Amino acid sequence: MSTVWLIPAFPLAGALVNMVFGRVIGRSAHWIAVPALVASFLGSCVVFARVWSGQAFTTTLFTWIVAADFETTVVALVDPLTGVMLLVVTGVGMLIHVYSIGYMHDDPGYARFFAYLNLFVFSMTMLVLAGNFLLLYVFWEAVGLCSYLLIGFWYTRDSAAQAGKKAFIVNRVGDFGFGLAIMWIWIAFGTLDYVAVFKGAETLAPATATGIALLLFMGACGKSAQVPLHVWLPDAMEGPTPVSALIHAATMVTAGVYMVARSHALFERSTVALDVVLWVGVITAVFAATIGLVQTDIKRVLAYSTVSQLGYMFAALGLGAYTAGIFHLVTHAFFKALLFLGAGSVIHGLHGEQDLRKMGALAPRMRVTAMTMTIGALGLVGFPGLAGFFSKDEILAAAFFGSRAAWALLLAGAFMTAFYTFRLIFLAFFTGPRMSKDVAHHAHESPRVMTWPLIALAALTVVAGAAVGIPSEHGTPFARFLSPVLPVHEGEHGGAAGVMLLVLSVIVVAAGILLAWFMYMAAPVKAETIGQPRTVLVRLLLNAWYVDWLYDRAIVRPLYALSVFLARVFDLGVIDGLVNGLGRAVVWWSAGLRRLQTGYVVNYALTMLAGAVIFVAYFLAR
Amino acid sequence: MSLPPIGLLTVVTFLPAVGALLILLLVPRRHEEALRWGGLVVSLATFAASVPLWTGFDAGDADMQFEELLRWMPGLGVGYHVGVDGISVLLVLLTTFLMPVALASAWHAIEDRTKEFVIAMLLLEAGMVGVFVSLDLFLFFVFWEAMLIPMYFVIGVWGGANRVYAAVKFVLYTMVGSALMLVAILALYYQHGAATGTYTFDLPTLTRYVLAPGLAQNLMFVAFALAFAIKVPLFPFHTWLPDAHVEAPTAGSVILAGVLLKMGTYGFLRFCLPLFPDASVDFGPWVYALAVIGIVYGAFVSTVQPDLKKLVAYSSVSHLGFVMLGLFTLTPQGLVGGVIQMVNHGLSTGALFLMVGMIYERRHTRLISEFGGLWAVIPGFSALLLIVCLSSLGLPGLNGFVGEFLILVGTFSVNKWLAAAATTGIIFAAVYLLWMYQRVAFGEIRHEANRRLADLTPREWAVLVPVVVLIVWIGVYPKAFTAKTEASVLALIAQVESKAAVARAPLPWWASR
Repeated sequence: MSTVWLIPAFPLAGALVNMVFGRVIGRSAHWIAVPALVASFLGSCVVFARVWSGQAFTTTLFTWIVAADFETTVVALVDPLTGVMLLVVTGVGMLIHVYSIGYMHDDPGYARFFAYLNLFVFSMTMLVLAGNFLLLYVFWEAVGLCSYLLIGFWYTRDSAAQAGKKAFIVNRVGDFGFGLAIMWIWIAFGTLDYVAVFKGAETLAPATATGIALLLFMGACGKSAQVPLHVWLPDAMEGPTPVSALIHAATMVTAGVYMVARSHALFERSTVALDVVLWVGVITAVFAATIGLVQTDIKRVLAYSTVSQLGYMFAALGLGAYTAGIFHLVTHAFFKALLFLGAGSVIHGLHGEQDLRKMGALAPRMRVTAMTMTIGALGLVGFPGLAGFFSKDEILAAAFFGSRAAWALLLAGAFMTAFYTFRLIFLAFFTGPRMSKDVAHHAHESPRVMTWPLIALAALTVVAGAAVGIPSEHGTPFARFLSPVLPVHEGEHGGAAGVMLLVLSVIVVAAGILLAWFMYMAAPVKAETIGQPRTVLVRLLLNAWYVDWLYDRAIVRPLYALSVFLARVFDLGVIDGLVNGLGRAVVWWSAGLRRLQTGYVVNYALTMLAGAVIFVAYFLAR
Repeated sequence: MSLPPIGLLTVVTFLPAVGALLILLLVPRRHEEALRWGGLVVSLATFAASVPLWTGFDAGDADMQFEELLRWMPGLGVGYHVGVDGISVLLVLLTTFLMPVALASAWHAIEDRTKEFVIAMLLLEAGMVGVFVSLDLFLFFVFWEAMLIPMYFVIGVWGGANRVYAAVKFVLYTMVGSALMLVAILALYYQHGAATGTYTFDLPTLTRYVLAPGLAQNLMFVAFALAFAIKVPLFPFHTWLPDAHVEAPTAGSVILAGVLLKMGTYGFLRFCLPLFPDASVDFGPWVYALAVIGIVYGAFVSTVQPDLKKLVAYSSVSHLGFVMLGLFTLTPQGLVGGVIQMVNHGLSTGALFLMVGMIYERRHTRLISEFGGLWAVIPGFSALLLIVCLSSLGLPGLNGFVGEFLILVGTFSVNKWLAAAATTGIIFAAVYLLWMYQRVAFGEIRHEANRRLADLTPREWAVLVPVVVLIVWIGVYPKAFTAKTEASVLALIAQVESKAAVARAPLPWWASR
């Protein structure tokens, strides 16, 4: 048995211990959960060192489902892409576990929280280790379960329970496609193993490739909250903030990006599929950014931002710029986790307040949070030198050379990103204050156990881009590292045009920040004027383009009405009515026939005589 | 005269009946505890006796094993012929496993006429095992009918308010199907006799006989199929099921859902497919259609049920739709999946009924609207209920996924649109189960009576934990179970394919490749 399996084994063991003995362990739950993550992270480092030079290996645990020629195993495929994903999941996961010690400090479900969090890291590491499609699907659903449990962590709130259920069901809609894709892959290739499938993809019929790729992408749209299956992610903010950072920003929601990048051999066989990926990504990137412009809940701004940034990653994949997509996945994990944890720190400092309208001027009171979060914001908008600058501009460059229309829209998205991000920073930390004196008085910086993870993530946001993201003639160091797995298309970032693009995007970002400055910093803003539906457009954006409303009216209510009709009218009235009617008819007939049994011998004799007469008459007449 | 040696299968089949007789004769009715322990010990002994069937079963051998053949009524061609293959051995084990669970669950729920209850349950077990091991049509029919009587009493005596209506409906509905099946059995008996000169009810002999395709085979298929379809129940023959479940006591529901329904799907597998291969293939598209309608319809109707037990009952229609679909794909994946899904449904739905029963014993209501916020009061119950719901909605890693996925793979290889239609079931299952769970376990406590609920007792843990262990075991390592089945399934498919005539009418679009 390979040591690779220790990476998921530690968090699994941690989860089981805290689940079974949670009541005894109580406040000490982090002494189980955090060391499990540290061990898992160290294991990931060891594995990363093994794939450093680019080679890959597989290791099989046991044979799982067998039925004649259908056979799947629990197998891990470890290559550079796996290595990168493992480091992100366990590294960011470890920081968020530490942060949670402070954030969840007073929660009565402390042990349960760490049990779920460990269970998630187990599932997520298994997801990226999986060496075949079925195993990917298994842990794809498992992370969905953890998401369900953690969104509904504060289960006495109806809104939290509702949001958890919604997330699971919307994801199942995506998994409907993913599941069918897996069946189709098996029919087409006779195996579900990555290596064999990707090798066989070269000779796959384009129509089959299109079908499989689009169904796979349907699953990705569910997990990674792409239009039209994005509706669950904003609601998922009902979960505790560390969950939003780990699951709904840094790791789980990027599983769709990982899956498409991993299966690029299938997508490349179909230009239709790649175009769909590109345009769903572009539309989501812009669509979600528009909604982020007006949100008043600090976490919802970040949630729509996450949806939008995932759109950028898919756009990159659709353009064939796989390493750019994965690079943005990594940098986004750093700065978006940082932003969420920072938001959590603000919420913690304000005793649960999430409304930007009731914040303001927190910078002097929460210096570390304000500083680190501003770094995160600069990382997100793509400030030159920070992580997002390199990753986002790589995507924009790929779009410029791939599709001008996509490039223009993504650039507009970058402008909106800069605006909503700094709107958030200004409203939370600089203008104001708009909260009550009492709240302002009690506002405080978070404890060190929460601020240190912020500092670590801020450091990563600063260095990650420059360390591995500076392009040379043969692509970035990051792309070269992943080149055994993900093909690099040469000549995308050519010379003068590339520099022009960089300058242009920096100008656009600066313009977005400046606009936010003018709207929220230049003159003091009143709380009442923020997030008011003053125009039709703002009303539309505040209601997230009425997509939830539309789904409710067009899908949920009609199906519910149909179910009620089937249950009350059709099943009880028609089907059971027929059955009982048949029964009654028999009783009625029997009651009629019973009258023949009069008990009078004369009657019987007469009947017999009549019968005999008819019988004889029949034979005579023949 | 020397008695023939008694085989293991005979022991497993008749041990519960012998136990019932001993309890009848030896334990006075006022000693309720002794009666309960007696029933439990007999059912546990039966389970223990059935374990060697499992451990001693040769997975590589597709033939019947532990076979016993005695002459019974040689003049009529009736024999006492029993045996198990890789399919029926699983169902026998499922039966012997669930019976002690059901009896233990009824410890405090049944306090009236305990003696009769224990005896009825044990006789029921004997009848059910008999159905699964019979290799003689006459013997099979005897067990099939005999098992109705104790079930009738379990529903009709220990049931709810409307129990007599439900019990009569259950028995009459089943009998209509059985009567037609009896006619078909006799028709097959005479046709085989006339053609070969051997008049026999022996199943292996009859299976070797190639029945000409055509009207006679179709009629016999329909007669058998109707009897089994009612039992499964296949849409639209399902309306007896919600009534029977709602009225039956918990233990009765567990056995009804866990084992009795499997007699229908097993019947298709053991009789319809091998005896009437041409008709099975020709009628396949219609079975697909009804199965897929059942999957979706059962889920929809479940969603809006206000009563927990009705919700679970309708979910059976959906789950059994998957099983039927798998069996009639006639692919190794569909059949293996179908067989394992029979076991899965027995465990998951059995556990759901057990837990509904437990909460009913506490609150004397099954209305979902009466609950809410239970996690805060009874976390142990709520956690197990979640695991069981997840198993039922086919979460990977738990048992339900393995069966459903194999069935869908088999279906996909027949027709992708059919598979797509069936796969929608995984979405709707999440809808009705998670919505139910949300209303029961999450939210604020809305009813004062729920604040004082007691969490699971040690006895209840003992009832549920073995089931949950199997739910996880099959989910994580299904090979332990599917390996026993595979050879028999492959042999069955080969048999059907070799017997079915080559030329046939084109299939409708939803059933052709």
